[in-house]
Amino acid sequence: MSESGASVRLSGWGRSRMALCHLLRPVTRDDAVNDGSATSSLIARGNGRSYGDASLNTAATLSTLRLDRLLAFDPADGLLTAEAGLLLSDLLALFVPRGWFPPVTPGTRFVTLGGMLATDAHGKNHHVDGSFGEHVRQFDLLCGDGVVRRCSRTQNVDLFRATIGGMGLTGTVLTVTLALRRIETPWILQETVRCRDLDETLAAFEAARSSPYSVAWIDCLAKGGGRGRALMYRGEHAPAAAVPTGTRAPRLVAEPPRLRVPVDFPGWFLNGRTVQAFNALYYHHGRPGSALIDYQRFFYPLDAIGDWNRFYGRRGFMQYQCVVPTAGGRGSLLRLLDLIAAGGSGSFLAVLKQFGACGPPGQGGLLSFPMAGYTLAVDFPTSAAALSLMREMDHVVADCGGRLYLAKDARMDPAMMSATYPDLDLFRGICRAVDPRRRYRSLLSERVAL
Amino acid sequence: MTDPTLAQTGLVVRREPVLIIGALSDIGRALARVYGREGYPLLLAARRVERLTSDIQDLTLRFGVPVGAVELDILDLAGQGAFLDALGCLPGTVICVVGLLGCQPEAEKSWIQTDLILRTNYVAPACLLGEIANRMQARGSGCVIGISSVAGDRGRASNYLYGSAKAGFTAFLSGLRNRLSRHGVKVMTIKPGFIDTRMTRGMTLPPFLTAQPAEVAEAIWKAQAHGRDVVYLRPVWRLIMLIIRLIPEVLFKKLEI
Ligand SMILES: NC(=O)c1ccc[n+]([C@@H]2O[C@H](COP(=O)([O-])OP(=O)(O)OC[C@H]3O[C@@H](n4cnc5c(N)ncnc54)[C@H](OP(=O)(O)O)[C@@H]3O)[C@@H](O)[C@H]2O)c1
Repeated sequence: MSESGASVRLSGWGRSRMALCHLLRPVTRDDAVNDGSATSSLIARGNGRSYGDASLNTAATLSTLRLDRLLAFDPADGLLTAEAGLLLSDLLALFVPRGWFPPVTPGTRFVTLGGMLATDAHGKNHHVDGSFGEHVRQFDLLCGDGVVRRCSRTQNVDLFRATIGGMGLTGTVLTVTLALRRIETPWILQETVRCRDLDETLAAFEAARSSPYSVAWIDCLAKGGGRGRALMYRGEHAPAAAVPTGTRAPRLVAEPPRLRVPVDFPGWFLNGRTVQAFNALYYHHGRPGSALIDYQRFFYPLDAIGDWNRFYGRRGFMQYQCVVPTAGGRGSLLRLLDLIAAGGSGSFLAVLKQFGACGPPGQGGLLSFPMAGYTLAVDFPTSAAALSLMREMDHVVADCGGRLYLAKDARMDPAMMSATYPDLDLFRGICRAVDPRRRYRSLLSERVAL
Repeated sequence: MTDPTLAQTGLVVRREPVLIIGALSDIGRALARVYGREGYPLLLAARRVERLTSDIQDLTLRFGVPVGAVELDILDLAGQGAFLDALGCLPGTVICVVGLLGCQPEAEKSWIQTDLILRTNYVAPACLLGEIANRMQARGSGCVIGISSVAGDRGRASNYLYGSAKAGFTAFLSGLRNRLSRHGVKVMTIKPGFIDTRMTRGMTLPPFLTAQPAEVAEAIWKAQAHGRDVVYLRPVWRLIMLIIRLIPEVLFKKLEI
């Protein structure tokens, strides 16, 4: 064990699995290189917002949170280079006031650049702009053999593709260069559409193809004719002309909020009935129509409640996020919704989103999650019933050629992994070339035999 | 740089520079972030100042404030005057973060180590802050902030060399405050308990009593704004140290704490 760390109990955001990890906290790039060189194995960890066990390694977990410096910014083209531990919340607080926005943002801003790269994060604009990796120009990667390699679409191309979505298994990302985009205001023009069943919801996604952002909240517990009823939100960055003069800019919130969930709720708090009631309430409360809202409310509604994961009690929760291909997508979604409704233990947050095509073939991340189709994300309190339900859902997903999102997963088995990710051998080969002993490992990589 | 439709803008006030001595420490870095954010020009002093390059880039890109770096080995007492002259201005606020925990068991057997701990934590900061205070007194304004430690509140077997130096530093700051309170110069003593920094790497610290560098820096900035004199961080340490100081010596000498 290295001298420079301490043992800390860590978990992913879902808190379904805790582990006592030897935590390294480098402050400089040199520290990062040195700290990790002595350990038998290691994995980098950003802000701990992946849900399962992706950022856990008991031998050494290297926190990048103090490697968060901005290194270069070009106001001509929006190219930003920063250390990998930079939080998206910091980036937003610094750059939104200057008229710049991240090209892709997930549903929480408390993630790091390195984390977004390693998970190839997607956002509400995937159908137009693709995933995070498509906007990354280059990065520096500290590999298991101790060498730092610069990767881009022209340099170390294999490693570039393996690292995007590679869950940190190719090495520690030290710096990231990405392109920000111009915005005129920090406001979003949001439109809410109420959809009465899945067909209406999917039609609404088709109609929203040209909207920059779209997402649907879906009531998984509605049965029969109302299956797939949803509130769909479409949005675009409001141009200056759309904002009434004199409107005060929204207050920027860079810190996790004070309004926290201070304790674990009792396990029974979220059960089938409370969730069903909540969903019905939410559905009928959503006001169709358009509104001008703060970008933070549009993109990060859950960030307003600190530690919301504690709603699920001590045993934590698991999120099931899958994607099913467009062809046959409607049928697959109906089958999944039927399973969830029959299981009766769905969550108060189920999200449906249409993915677009994923860039030119042969360029995206080897283990990237998105594919053209529909992605559904549902939370379940950890329980035996939920686990067996998720296994049934796996069959539907695998049969239609879909897959699960590693950043959310906490329970998939190696068979499901190898059946749904076609480039695994290629990926392993690239890892071995720069890390002969495969020192970069996590509880996730061991669980799914990556 | 910012546009009112994009961000709420406050009044622009011209700030006097802040000098951070020991800028490469985790606390020093966190302080630079806070004072930079508040719009203060920054002067960063450290040994081997070239190690600050990426921090300077970061601070400049984040806050658009002027950032200067100055080489300083605080143990070079004779060079302190020249160091201050070379700054080109007398900063409005000076924060001294320099410190050395050292290794107590080794220092017990080595006068060289003992000497280094005492000079780094007490003698050298006292000389430098003393000279700065004189200059501030002549100007009639300024603020001196010293990072001492709760370890100075009572000597314990596990770190009394460091602790005794910090005790000296605490007393120095107290006396300086007393002397200068009539001359428009503020002196603030910061007494941290545990902080999660390079100094405490490898130690397993109780999370409830351990502050993060960013939290410490915010607290120092707020304490300065409120004109506080002595600040314990986290505040619960004031109570803990009160209790520790109250334990009678006959009992204390037998305790392992
Ligand atoms: N961490 C804690 O739990 C804790 C608790 C109570 C009080 N404190 C106090 O907080 C302050 C900051 O400490 P830290 O925790 O951030 O630890 P740190 O990173 O070890 O900071 C100590 C700093 O002092 C600098 N320094 C040492 N000797 C120097 C010299 N001769 N000339 C110039 N600079 C010198 C070091 O610079 P180099 O990088 O060049 O070595 C380093 O940047 C210290 O005064 C410490 O005593 C810390």
